[in-house]
Amino acid sequence: MKYAYFPGCVTPLRENSYELSARRVLEKLGVELVELEGANCCGFFLDAVDHLSSIVLAARNLCLAEDIGCHIITLCPTCSGHFTRVKAELSENPKLMNDVNRVLSSVNRRFIGSSEVKHIARVLVEDVGVEAIKKTVTKPLTRLRVAPHYGCHIMKPSTEIRFDSPENPRLLDSLIEATGVKCVNYMEKRMCCGAPVMGVDLKLSIEVVREKLRSIKKEKADAIVTICPFCHTQFDLNQSRIEEEYGETYEIPVLHYTQLLGLAQGYEPDDLGLYENRVMVDDLLSLI
Amino acid sequence: MPLAAETRRRVIRLEEINDAFSREVIKAGGEKLYVCFQCGTCTASCPIFKFDESYNPRLIIRSAVLGLMDRILNNDMLWLCAACYSCTERCPRGVRPAEVIRAIRNIAAEKGYIHEFFKTQADTIINYGRIWEEEEFVNEMREDMGLPPVPSVNREEVKKILEYTKVKKILASGEGED
Ligand code: SF4
Ligand code: SF4
Repeated sequence: MKYAYFPGCVTPLRENSYELSARRVLEKLGVELVELEGANCCGFFLDAVDHLSSIVLAARNLCLAEDIGCHIITLCPTCSGHFTRVKAELSENPKLMNDVNRVLSSVNRRFIGSSEVKHIARVLVEDVGVEAIKKTVTKPLTRLRVAPHYGCHIMKPSTEIRFDSPENPRLLDSLIEATGVKCVNYMEKRMCCGAPVMGVDLKLSIEVVREKLRSIKKEKADAIVTICPFCHTQFDLNQSRIEEEYGETYEIPVLHYTQLLGLAQGYEPDDLGLYENRVMVDDLLSLI
Repeated sequence: MPLAAETRRRVIRLEEINDAFSREVIKAGGEKLYVCFQCGTCTASCPIFKFDESYNPRLIIRSAVLGLMDRILNNDMLWLCAACYSCTERCPRGVRPAEVIRAIRNIAAEKGYIHEFFKTQADTIINYGRIWEEEEFVNEMREDMGLPPVPSVNREEVKKILEYTKVKKILASGEGED
């Protein structure tokens, strides 16, 4: 199994332990990664300013994968979500497709639409399979209880993304359970983490994630598990900020799913960048 | 004036109504704008409204239907949407409010009302090809972890393709406005 790895922005610049742990677990699962030379931002962050710009940026990335004849894997659900929506829009709108290709011809590229795009969780569920993941688990983490955070773009808008069920998501739970870990249910499981408004209104953004943290703490989860680098930053980096600002204590470690799976596959914490996480993981590691 | 106070002002003066604005929103990606029946499911599903009731997607949609351009364009509230798509997911009429709000933001940006944060971010994307500039400490950290350096973006190509869209003009027109 071979995929072109699309790095995006947040992972390589802020969440390197996600990339490190993802590379490790994918290797163990026999998924080979090809680098996408010269890739840019997926384009999503320009969508609010100019829709067409966000489309041409996405299309250029997709062209790079088409050139090497590979499907794309992303670690960020916002990237895969944006690509998927852009692909759908282009395939439904031949005039837009023409316009975009006219722009791309200025850099000698042409978008066809032959590369599929999948987030890593989707590759794990659909291509690798939960049973195959279980076979790589050498150290089941049966003493842990964790709170899964799905994030929004992994499945919404479902009309285009068509993965799992936004009103009753199950697939991350099943990936977590494959490592022997129990998932806890919590009140705000389906809610956004608030990260996207961090730059516009930090206080509001933090209030959103604080509500999630409160609801996770109530269930006494040992950790939070994320599959989005931006959600991860919000839970992990801003947790101490909330503790300070509101005089509350959470101290809930936040793990990328790939770090959790890596531990269950027998990797050492260092191999997975676990000591780079901002909320200390020592107590959690003593449970495994 | 905050968006809520502005949009809630019940009396609508005739001269506030701008049909051309509604049509512009529809053209910019809000195709189903007119079928909204104001049930409020979008607002009830909105994580931003939950913490700040002055942000109300139902009212934004209503204002767009009525063409109340001045009530929504020059307003920071417009930039609070988290693009979580909960409203789009649940809207019983298929209005896709998240996409309508995105369309309204595009129009606002074009008319010079872009939010400062989005402007800075767009500038960075144009210049560096990513939402942040690549800093040396990141590469040191990656090296310590045994990761290859941050893959470099082909900035020339990014700049070139963005010459053909409106984004540079939009950012330039936002200059000097507050
Ligand atoms: S959920 Fe849809 S129909 Fe209901 S108020 Fe919102 S946009 Fe209108
Ligand atoms: S997409 Fe925007 S308006 Fe819709 S529910 Fe999410 S934050 Fe609210």
